[in-house]
Amino acid sequence: MGDYLIYTDPAKCVACHACEIACKVKNQVPAGATLGKIVVLGPKLMNGKPMMSSLFIPCFHCEDAWCLNACPVNAIRKRDKDGLVYILRELCVGCKSCILACPWHIPQWDATAGKAMKCNMCMDRIDEGLEPACVAVCPTDALQFGEPAALSQKSREEYGLSLLGRSRTRYGH
Amino acid sequence: MKKTVYTLCFMCSVRCPIAVVVEDDQVVSIGGNPHVPAMKGGVCPKGAAAVGWVNDPQRVHGPLIRSGARGSGQWKTASWDAALDYTADRCREIFEKYGSKSAVYCERVNLATDLSKTFMKAIGSPNYFSHDTVCKGSINTACRSLTGYTDAQISADWGNARHVVLYGRNIFESMEVKAVNALLDAMAQGTKLTTIDPRVSITAAKSSRYMMIRPGTDLALNYALMHVIIRERHFYDVKYVDRWVEGFDKLCNFVKEFTPEWAEAETGIPAEEIVQLAKDINEAKPAVVFHYGYRGSGHPNEIYFRRSIMILNALMGSIEAKGGVFIKKGPKDAGLAAGIRKFSDQQFPKMADGRKFDGCGQEKFPIVDPAHGVGAMFPSAVLNEDPYPLKVLFAFRYDPLFSLCDYQQTLRALEKLELIVSCDINFGGTTSRADVILPESFFLERSDPLQMAAGLKPAINRRIACIKPRFDTKPMWWILKQLAERLGAGDYFPYETIEDIWKYQLADVGLQAGDFEAKGFVSLSDKPIWWDRENGIQFKTPSGKIEFASSLLEKHSFQSFPPYEPLETPQDRFRLIVGRCVAHTNVMTQNNTYLNELVPENVLWINSERAAALGIKNMDLVEIASAAGSGRLKAFVTNMIQPEAVFMLHGFGHQEPESRRSYQRGVADAMLQEATVDPVGGSPAFDHTLVTVKRV
Repeated sequence: MGDYLIYTDPAKCVACHACEIACKVKNQVPAGATLGKIVVLGPKLMNGKPMMSSLFIPCFHCEDAWCLNACPVNAIRKRDKDGLVYILRELCVGCKSCILACPWHIPQWDATAGKAMKCNMCMDRIDEGLEPACVAVCPTDALQFGEPAALSQKSREEYGLSLLGRSRTRYGH
Repeated sequence: MKKTVYTLCFMCSVRCPIAVVVEDDQVVSIGGNPHVPAMKGGVCPKGAAAVGWVNDPQRVHGPLIRSGARGSGQWKTASWDAALDYTADRCREIFEKYGSKSAVYCERVNLATDLSKTFMKAIGSPNYFSHDTVCKGSINTACRSLTGYTDAQISADWGNARHVVLYGRNIFESMEVKAVNALLDAMAQGTKLTTIDPRVSITAAKSSRYMMIRPGTDLALNYALMHVIIRERHFYDVKYVDRWVEGFDKLCNFVKEFTPEWAEAETGIPAEEIVQLAKDINEAKPAVVFHYGYRGSGHPNEIYFRRSIMILNALMGSIEAKGGVFIKKGPKDAGLAAGIRKFSDQQFPKMADGRKFDGCGQEKFPIVDPAHGVGAMFPSAVLNEDPYPLKVLFAFRYDPLFSLCDYQQTLRALEKLELIVSCDINFGGTTSRADVILPESFFLERSDPLQMAAGLKPAINRRIACIKPRFDTKPMWWILKQLAERLGAGDYFPYETIEDIWKYQLADVGLQAGDFEAKGFVSLSDKPIWWDRENGIQFKTPSGKIEFASSLLEKHSFQSFPPYEPLETPQDRFRLIVGRCVAHTNVMTQNNTYLNELVPENVLWINSERAAALGIKNMDLVEIASAAGSGRLKAFVTNMIQPEAVFMLHGFGHQEPESRRSYQRGVADAMLQEATVDPVGGSPAFDHTLVTVKRV
C-alpha cells in the first residue's frame, strides 16, 4: 500500500458503508464502480450466535504493481515519495489492461469517461496533511490510516495499556 | 479558498453536528464537527451522501403547480409569487366554505417547527401532527405515564452503561453517531449488550447476547424479568424503589403469575436465559439501560410494552443514574433565566372550534401528546369527515402516503382533499400527488432557526448555509411567513431575515449570533448536570414519583396493568415486521443517487424452513398479501429470522415517476400494513399485520 496502510477494526465497524460513499463523492466515481470497498462477512449465525466481521479493501498500491506493468501507454505511475500508484487520466486510452492484470481487479471502469480509474489513496488529501476520504468519514473510527510502523506502535501500546489497566494488582500498582 | 462551516445535518432527524469544507461554493467534504469529540470526525453514509442531492437533476427545481391529473408528473413551473398567491387564493376559497380548521398541517419535526405551529395558530386551525407521533407516539405516552417526561425529554447515558438491553432498537443501523460511538467505546471496556429481536440485525450481530423472540411477545419477556427481579428481592434497587416509585405493590401482585417458564412458552426464549439476563442486569445496576426504543414490536397494546421497559429501568434504579437513563436538562437547569424564545408562544386569537381532526388530548385520544397529534387518524378523519370536513393538507417535509399504514386508504384520503400543498426537496409520494409544491432549500443551502438541545450538557445549536441554493428554492421559515402574510396572519412572523429570527430567539438568553461562529454551537454547561438521587429528581407526575400505577392512565379510565393478551400467529400466515437500514431515512432518501446505489430495494426476509415448505428459494420473486394490499419482491431465505415473522425494510416501493431511481423498486410496507392504532398510546401498530407469502 505504498508507504501507508488502512487498517480495519472489525469491532468498531458497523458496516455502514460511509467509507464507500465518501470515496465516491470525493473521487466522482460513477454508479456501479467502487474504488475502496468495505467487505462484510455476515451477519450470520455461527453455532446459533450471530456474528459479523469486516475488512476495507482499497487499492493495495503494490510494490511491483500488475496494473502499472500492464498499461501499454504508461498511464499508470508510481509516486517516488511514497509509492502510491495512480492513473494519469489524460493518458488512459480505456483498454482495461490494468483491470485484467490486477489479481483482485481493483481498477474500476468509468463508463461515462471511457477510462479506467483507481484508488490513489486520495493522494491530494494526503499532500494536504489529511486522511483519505474513506478513513476521514468513518463515523466510528473503525478505519485507521497511517504508516505501518506507527499503526503497529499504536495498537501495541493500546493493547498493553489495557492489560495493565485491567490487572493493576498483578503489575504492582 | 477553502473554508470550514459548522452546521447541523438533516439527512435524518438526528441532526448531527457536522463540519462542511467548502471551496468556490462547492462542498469539498462533510465530516463530524471536531468540537464534538463523540462524532470522531465522521458522518454516517447518509451524511456522506448529502452531496448527491446538491446538483441532482431529479430534485424539485422551483415552485410547481400541477397541470395534469394528480400524480401524472405534469407540472407547470411558477414564480414564488405565483405559487404562493395560488396557494393562498385556493386556501381562502376553501376556508370561506369550510373554515380554516379544514386545514391539516403535517411535518417531520425540524428547526422551523416552532414556525409551523405559529402558522397554524395564526390561521386558526388546531390540526397539526408531526412524524413523531407516527414513529413513537406510544413511547411518548408511556414515558409520560410513568415519569411525566416524554421520551424526547430523556435519553440514555450509553457511554457509562454497563449493560444495555435493546428490543429491536437497531442502534447500529440507525447510526445516531454520538450514541453509537459512546456505546462501542463502552463495549470495548466490557459493557454488555443484549439484543432482543425476531430478526438478526447488525445490532444483534454485534451484541454480546442475542435472543430470537417470537414476534409480539416482548411484553411477556419483560413481565417475566420483573417477576424474577421481584422474586429475588435483592435484584432491584430497594432504596431507589422505596424513594421514587409509586404503585410497586400493585406491580408485585400483577407479575406474580408471569413466571420465566410461562414466558418461555410465550416468547420462545428458554426460562433459564431469562433468569440469567435478570442476574446479569442485577450485577450491572444501576448502570443499566433498557432502551425504550423507537420502532419494533408495534402492536395495539404498544404503550404497555413501552411502560414495561421503563418500569424495568425504574426497578434497576437506572433513571437519573450515571450509565442509566437520564432526564435531559434545559437552560434553567444550567442556571440561565430563560431558554430560546418561541414564536408559537405569542398570543393568538382563540379558535371558535377547538376540536381536532384526531381528537388528540380530547375525547378520542385523551392522553396522547397534543404537541405531536395522532397522525394515524388523518386518512379516516378525511374520509369520514370526522369531526368535520378536512380539505387542505400542508405536507411539509413529511410524506403521509408512504409513512402511514394502509397506502390505499391514505391515497383515497389524499384524493378527497381539495388542496395539497407540499414543501419538499425531492419528489416524495405525497409531493408527487400535490397541487402545488413549494420546494425547500436543501439543508446545506439554508440557515434555520436555532435549536435548543436539552441534555446532560444543554446547548444551543445552529444550522447555517454552507453553499448558495442551486435551484429556485427557499427556507421553510421564509415560505411560512409568505403564506401567512397572504392569509392575513403575517403579524405573527416579525422577521425578514434569519438574523432577525436568531435575535428574537436569543433575546432572553444573553447570546448573540456571533457566539456560534467558533464551534457552531454554544454549550450552556461545562459539566454534565445530574440531579441528586436521594432527593433531587424532579419527576413531573402528580405524585412527583415514578408512577407504576399511573394517575395519567387511571384518570382517563385506562388500566395501569391490564391482563396480558397473547398474540397468536395462525400457522398459514406470518407476522409482518418492519425496520430500517443504515442507508435510508424513512421514506425520504431512496432516490438519493448514492444511497439508492447502496440499498436500491427491499427484500422479504423469510425463515428457511417456512420458505422450504412453501417451495420458496433464495431470491425467488414472491407475492406478499394482507387485508390492506399486496406486492411482489424478492425473498431472502435465511435462518436469521424467527419462523413466525417475515421482515422487510420500510420506505421502498415508491410510485413517483419523477424520482426515477427509486420508482417501483421493492414494496412499500405501507401497502401491506393495516390501519390499526394503539388506542391508548397513539402509535400505529406497524408490526401487527398478518400476511401470506407465496411464490410467484
